[in-house]
Amino acid sequence: MITKPLNQRLIGWFLLAVSLLNFPLLLLWSHSVTWGGIPLFPLGLFIVWVVLVVGLAWIIERTPDED
Amino acid sequence: MLSTSLVIGVAFTYLLILFAIAYSADRAALKGRSWINNPWVYALSMAVYCTAWTYFGSVGRAANSGVWFLPIYLGPTLAMILGWLVIRKMIRIAKTYRITSIADFIASRYGKSQRLASLVTLITLVGIIPYLALQLKAIASGYQMLTTPLNSTVLYPSHWWQDSTFYIALLLVGFTIMFGARHLDSHERHEGMVAAIAFESVIKLIGFIAVGVFVTYYLFNGMSDIFRQAQAIGHLNALFSFNTPANPLAHIQWFSLLLLSLLSMLLLPRQFQVMVVEAVDEKHLKRAVWMFPLYLVLINIFVLPIALAGLITFGVGQGNADLFVLSLPLHSGYEWLALLAFIGGVSAATGMVIVEATAVATMLCNDLIMPWLLKRNGFGLLQCSDLTQIILWIRRGAILILLLLGYVYFKVAGDAYALVSIGLISFAAVAQFAPSFFGGMYWKGGTEKGAWGGLLLGFVMWGYTLMLPSIAKSGWMDTSFINEGPFGIALLKPEQFLGLTGLDNLTHALFWSLWLNIVAYVGMSLWKQPSARETSQALLFVDVFKRKTHSAPVFWQGQAQVQDLMQLMMRFLGQDRSTLLFKQYAQYQGLTLEQLQPNAQLVHFVETQLSGAIGSASARTMVESVVDEEPLELEDVMHILEEASQLRAYSKALEEKSLSLEQATAELRAANEQLKSLDHLKDDFMSSVTHELRTPLTSIRALTELMLDDPDMEWEQREQFMGIILAEAERLGRLVNQVLDMAKIEGGHAEWHTTDVDMKAIIHQAATSMSASYLEKGVSLQLKTPETVAVLRADADRLLQVVLNLLSNALKFVPSQTGQVTVALKDAPEGITIEVLDNGIGIAPEQQALVFEKFRQADNGVQQGTGLGLPISRQIVEHFGGHMWLHSELGQGACFGFFLPRLAHE
Repeated sequence: MITKPLNQRLIGWFLLAVSLLNFPLLLLWSHSVTWGGIPLFPLGLFIVWVVLVVGLAWIIERTPDED
Repeated sequence: MLSTSLVIGVAFTYLLILFAIAYSADRAALKGRSWINNPWVYALSMAVYCTAWTYFGSVGRAANSGVWFLPIYLGPTLAMILGWLVIRKMIRIAKTYRITSIADFIASRYGKSQRLASLVTLITLVGIIPYLALQLKAIASGYQMLTTPLNSTVLYPSHWWQDSTFYIALLLVGFTIMFGARHLDSHERHEGMVAAIAFESVIKLIGFIAVGVFVTYYLFNGMSDIFRQAQAIGHLNALFSFNTPANPLAHIQWFSLLLLSLLSMLLLPRQFQVMVVEAVDEKHLKRAVWMFPLYLVLINIFVLPIALAGLITFGVGQGNADLFVLSLPLHSGYEWLALLAFIGGVSAATGMVIVEATAVATMLCNDLIMPWLLKRNGFGLLQCSDLTQIILWIRRGAILILLLLGYVYFKVAGDAYALVSIGLISFAAVAQFAPSFFGGMYWKGGTEKGAWGGLLLGFVMWGYTLMLPSIAKSGWMDTSFINEGPFGIALLKPEQFLGLTGLDNLTHALFWSLWLNIVAYVGMSLWKQPSARETSQALLFVDVFKRKTHSAPVFWQGQAQVQDLMQLMMRFLGQDRSTLLFKQYAQYQGLTLEQLQPNAQLVHFVETQLSGAIGSASARTMVESVVDEEPLELEDVMHILEEASQLRAYSKALEEKSLSLEQATAELRAANEQLKSLDHLKDDFMSSVTHELRTPLTSIRALTELMLDDPDMEWEQREQFMGIILAEAERLGRLVNQVLDMAKIEGGHAEWHTTDVDMKAIIHQAATSMSASYLEKGVSLQLKTPETVAVLRADADRLLQVVLNLLSNALKFVPSQTGQVTVALKDAPEGITIEVLDNGIGIAPEQQALVFEKFRQADNGVQQGTGLGLPISRQIVEHFGGHMWLHSELGQGACFGFFLPRLAHE
């Protein structure tokens, strides 16, 4: 059903995003460590978030979609 | 503290600016210059997601539970990753079938079911009114915070007429009516409103970031300073970790918050309004899907720092964490910043109220009030021939009632638990739409009964497990049913239904309501066959991308009158608009208004237009009332579908045929062009040849005449003339031979004697035959050949002709006595390369391409030869699969070369 490369990439990115933002990968950040003075958990979440948005922008702006 | 008049003045000025923006945008749109027709405004308008609950509430949430404010924004990010697939389909369906609300979307999908539309509207109403109240409360408490002296208790006005929030609510009613319900439009688009919302999104972002930067970098020394100080306060450490002993199942709660916010992003009425109904062009979605999450990242960066700064400044448990955004600047004496932050909060609250009220009022009018009126024949109201004003006034009334209900709820609930937690409770209510909404978009099997059962069960379960306990906790009900179960039945405890424990209240309620919803939806859908109308709507929704509008099947059969349909449309859309729409429709069909046939297409067209104004279910009822319909059977649907797909196949075949015809025409045209240019070339060639022939002939004739006229001519003179005549005659002969040669090669009549050729021998042979001429001019000829050269299949005489031509050309252009010509042969497995290098005058770059053309000699002052040598040589080389080239710079000599492949064709 889904044959267009853009759609496939978006679905792939979505699945990756869901796994990154859930148990158990979320626990990777849950340590009482600070990084540049900022606790790892909020910092890690923001980093993952920004990466997800930038990646989404890159995928959708770079993949041609014929429709 | 700030004076009340200043705060009220600024807030009202801000609202006036909103009016101005919306008004100008509406004016611009009328003149055809849309302000909102770009992805930026589209993405900003989506940010209506961030309400006052976000603006103030996130900080409060972060102060209580650390990063737990984040899932509310990560969920929408996930939703937007799939936005290009899902939201685009929503837009396409809504635009194709003129769907203007989420209730209409679900109702239309399941056979234009009236009861579904009403149920969805009801769920929305119950879920949204407290949410509206929350926005008013945010404005009210912000106002109180700004105008009350620090450290004194906040006093709320005792009477509603003294309450500025009431007047703000009234102003919002005015705004929403003006820009959300000014005129009736079957597209339900509001340019002015969207422009104002986008502006509000900018303001709230600026306000929040300004406070964030101020707190982080002015009150504290950057983020790390805040976090360091926070960590010094022992128990704040819990805010930075995920699983705590108090919440061992945190990941389940985290997941349910993600899911909840993901669904709300797509299903909240205001999101549906700005993303789907107000969408100008679905292409804008491509950019908006990443710009909107970026907005969310930006507005959330400073949430945790502000929350921690508040906790550090005021002490844990002191001060209202929800209002840290205002109290921090106030506390440090920066009242103007607090005012800016307040305006940011006002923009977040008003944006939500305006869009939500517009969207819900449309639903109320189309899906609850209109059907009810139509069923009762409108108490005579609906008898008049133009109903547009009545519909508009119903909508305006609905907006007023909605906001008043919101205000009343706010006054009654005040600081109650029910208001604080309402954000997520509202989310959970609209999440109930998810199974029938997305099931309807992607699964053809979903039926009206399934959707009805699922929605009803989910809604009841939501009310019982989430809404009711929250009301009870506000102190309006006895809480014993929460702790002991209704009538003492422990299994029915609303927060531990059937004994399910361990989950937080929200996850528990979301699980039970969605689970029962899905089970009922899927189960009942599979239980009974769908009706013909449900099937046809399912096909139209699920396969919306597979069809273009002109080949979409129309599931209708019966008898109708054009006049009846037109009158019906006029009643709901007005006379002018209806006439215009009918004319456009007729034009699209290639007919005049009088020629229109009352066929299924026309009925479908009228019904679609009506749907935009009064909702699909009411439109169905109205159309039914003026036409004579034959009920559709499942077989009819299949039959119509088959016809449509056949039609589509035909039109596709036709398209292909016309495409191939076009291609053939293009090919013919190209061939014709080529022929023309060939003809032109031939003429050129003829005129060149005759020109070349005339020059020697003229000199022969002139010299002969001279000799005839003067019998006493000196013998030496005569001898000289005869020498010239002989040379010219030879040149003529050469020319004729070459022209013939050229013609033979080009015409494909040349004879080729292919044998094993030793190129080294050919070069030596050519050098020998040219040696006399070279000696005569004093030019040195050098041969650079390897010891042995493998043979090549080619025509020896022809290749000799090529080498001779190159050698004689080189000779012509080198200076006498100092001239040097070098012939180099390189043998490689793939073929042989021969280059003839001279130290002559060289050829200018612009001339280089010309030397291989017929009769075109390099314009270098040395006019010799026929101008056919090089073209013939090239033809010969190309005949054997090779190619010929020239490298030269003016004054640096020239290097002609050619390459012959060993695997030359026969």
